[in-house]
Amino acid sequence: MFSEQLSKKFDKMVTNYPTKRSALVPMLLFAQDEVGHLSDEVIANIAKRVELTDLEVRNVISYYSLLHTKPMGKYHVQVCTNISCLLRGGEEVFEHCKQKLGIGHKQTQASGLFSLEEVECLGACSWAPAVQVNYDFHENLTPERMDKVLEQYAKK
Amino acid sequence: MADTPQLVTITVDGKQIKAPAGTLLIDACKNAGIEIPSFCYYPGLSLQAACRMCVVRIEKMPKLQTACTVPITEGMVVTNDSDEVRQARKATVQILLGNHPLDCPVCDAGGECELQDMTFTYGAAESQYMETKQHKDEQQWSPVVYFDRPRCILCYRCVRVCGEVMDVWALGIQNRGVSSVIAPNKGDHLECEECGACIDICPVGALTSGTYRYKTRPWEMNHTATVCTHCGDGCKTTLGVRRSDTGTEIVRGDNRDKSGINGDFLCIKGRYAFDFQQHPDRLKMPLVRKNGKLAYATWDEAFDLIGRRFKEVRDSQGGAAIGVIGSTRTTNEENYLLQKFARKALGTNNIDHHRTADYPAFAAAVAGKPELTASLHHVEKSPAILLLGGDPTEQHPLLAERIRTNIRLHGGKLFIVNDEEIKLRRQSKSYAHIPQGAYAKFFEFLSGTDSAADQLTTAGTKKDQLLAMRELLRKEDDLLIILSADIRGKDIATIVKLGQSHKKVRFMMLGDYANSRGAADMGLYPDLLPGYTPVANAGAFSEYGANLPKSAGLDTAAMVEAGRSGKLGALYIVGANPFARYNVQPGQTAKTFVVVQDMFLTETASMADVVLPSNNAYEKAGSFTNTYGDLQLLKKAADFAGSKSDFELIVRIADRIGFELADLVPFGKGVRADMGQSRGAQSGEADRHEIWLIANKYEPKMSPLDPSAIFDEIQRLVPGYDVSRLNLFSGNSVHSHATGKGTGAQQNPELIWPANDTLFTSGTLGRYSNTLNSVMEKYTGETSEVMAD
Repeated sequence: MFSEQLSKKFDKMVTNYPTKRSALVPMLLFAQDEVGHLSDEVIANIAKRVELTDLEVRNVISYYSLLHTKPMGKYHVQVCTNISCLLRGGEEVFEHCKQKLGIGHKQTQASGLFSLEEVECLGACSWAPAVQVNYDFHENLTPERMDKVLEQYAKK
Repeated sequence: MADTPQLVTITVDGKQIKAPAGTLLIDACKNAGIEIPSFCYYPGLSLQAACRMCVVRIEKMPKLQTACTVPITEGMVVTNDSDEVRQARKATVQILLGNHPLDCPVCDAGGECELQDMTFTYGAAESQYMETKQHKDEQQWSPVVYFDRPRCILCYRCVRVCGEVMDVWALGIQNRGVSSVIAPNKGDHLECEECGACIDICPVGALTSGTYRYKTRPWEMNHTATVCTHCGDGCKTTLGVRRSDTGTEIVRGDNRDKSGINGDFLCIKGRYAFDFQQHPDRLKMPLVRKNGKLAYATWDEAFDLIGRRFKEVRDSQGGAAIGVIGSTRTTNEENYLLQKFARKALGTNNIDHHRTADYPAFAAAVAGKPELTASLHHVEKSPAILLLGGDPTEQHPLLAERIRTNIRLHGGKLFIVNDEEIKLRRQSKSYAHIPQGAYAKFFEFLSGTDSAADQLTTAGTKKDQLLAMRELLRKEDDLLIILSADIRGKDIATIVKLGQSHKKVRFMMLGDYANSRGAADMGLYPDLLPGYTPVANAGAFSEYGANLPKSAGLDTAAMVEAGRSGKLGALYIVGANPFARYNVQPGQTAKTFVVVQDMFLTETASMADVVLPSNNAYEKAGSFTNTYGDLQLLKKAADFAGSKSDFELIVRIADRIGFELADLVPFGKGVRADMGQSRGAQSGEADRHEIWLIANKYEPKMSPLDPSAIFDEIQRLVPGYDVSRLNLFSGNSVHSHATGKGTGAQQNPELIWPANDTLFTSGTLGRYSNTLNSVMEKYTGETSEVMAD
């Protein structure tokens, strides 16, 4: 299920806190990064590690918008449309991404390359509008600049 | 525990109240008669503070505080009734109503809904929310659990009761904020114990039950608190009944008033498995075998035939040619009457019942030491519990819940010795998995024989674990020992003796059916009179007269065998199905005159010569003794036209054989009589009618059909039953003490057949419960195939 390295990391993580379940959220994030999304198998595996029921793990996942139970694209494009970005054209960037990628909010391209999500504040207001692709930030965007960003990933 | 908690004084709305330090403000107020409204707070569950309904103003605190999470401290000044507080609560109700569908006119909870009550109290009648309400269609999660999402106010009570109290953890909360939703563990359905606790604890009508939903309105029912007729735990269940074509039908079971021995706990059987009462297969008329076939007959015809044949057999072949098999689901009064009838009127000791535990050996082991017996009330606060065998989660759900509650709220320690894995292991401090049936060996080990441990180890339990467990156990000076039915005969004496090395020790014995203990206590044994009195030495029962046979009679197996061989002239079977158990085939008992009293045409009834339709425990008054010896009153809730109580049937048979009824039921000692003529539908019932009788200056026990007349005699003659009547009649449980003069003469462990019921089976009753069958089907894909009781 997980790489040996991650497995070892998890073994250690559950010992970091007085109760095992405390390690749940970071474990989910690491697992999502490695597997791509939180599949039923991932959930069952992690539930066992932290001694929770699958249901409890699902409860936590459903609370956080950063955690996904369905497969996302190789590159997950997260466009901020909160107030600072909105005032500086975030909505246009988001609309442009929809057009360009041919998908909507929380959707994934059939090829599995890109997925798109409209997100809340990314904490990059000073350089609004901002977009986060996987863990990388792209700032001061316009539709044209956005195209370049997307091209750059498509070429990778 | 023993030190008195320090009392602190707080002021609520100018009124001074005292309560122990650390009490939650909401509880302190409640105890002082001041109501603080709440939805999410529920005594015994973890604190949630989700609903914001219990907000109060506390001096020196900046914002309104939730009274359900604030422990009181000395000098606290609280305002519970002010414009500010009222406004805050009104706003909370308004927000809750934002997405609430207001389908109260068709909602099951309408009329007994906490949200309705709060809206009424705080006057949030105006709907200011103009947006479209979020709607989702209702979902069925299991045969018994339905979920109407829009009605949910997200108090989390169901989630907590399922996890914390039941240890099932089948419900959760998904998403957040306004889109939060209660979710079942299997996506679109539940996989759980189907207890229905989530439904009863729901303050609104979001969770509803398959048995009750859209059937009636709460105010159209009458409610009667009685005792559950399924397992041996004796939960109180409050039955909601209403008129039906066949009399009075049960539409709901719950225990929301928490008045019984079980608090608000009930399992699926107590809550929903009452539907056998209205099963279409119920017998509505007596049946008499004519030309080899059972045919409808009048009561007169049936009684005449029985009276004539019983008399013939008794007078020509003697009492020993008659056999009597009693029930584990009839009342103490009926059981007592049945054995008295057998012994005194028929002159036979051939009497037995389906034994599910070795109560005679238990009674003998604790004889003369009532302090050694435990009531169910002792479980919750016992500092240490040793469970020997059994699987309470399946067979004694209330006991299991009490044990879990003890560990969760009172820090008790649970030690388990079992030959299989059981769910309660999750709560145990120490668990020994021993080889099949090796309990005697374990007692040997417990008594200090270290070498015995070598024969006790299994893959899951090593010798050092056993030694460690014994070490821990020895340190306990207040121990409750629970004996499963696997522990029998001299093993019981051994552990009872061994247990007494602890400073304080109590024992309980686990048997299976609702009144198995009552059947044993009331002397449904071939060699034991009531109270485990040997037949050879009748003591107080000598007053039955000279006809009382002195030698032991036949047990069930022997009676069935004698019925097969034709040695028995007559066999009288009350509420039991021995022919299924002993595999009797039609025609095999042709030479024996067989009379059966039952609700249904069971295997046994279908082979009988006369079948009399009888009532179940929900249709009669009397008393049950649970397997722990706790005596509780049964009240008549329902009615089924065409059936009679077993009590009445026994009395009427006695009458037809020409037996003087006053010698059987001690009635008729008053001045003015009500011979039953004023009773009508309530015939044979003491409780409600007694008030009317007393008001009209009638002697309440003037009818031979009145079970409370025989209860007088039980109290007078049966050792251990001289309990407080006041307590019993006011609806409490009172502890009786089993006490025996010695083990019964026929200690044949082969005759003890534990029912091995699961949460979803219940002997014959289970076979006729659609609810239980539908749940069984869901989990196993087949309907219940269980041994008959």
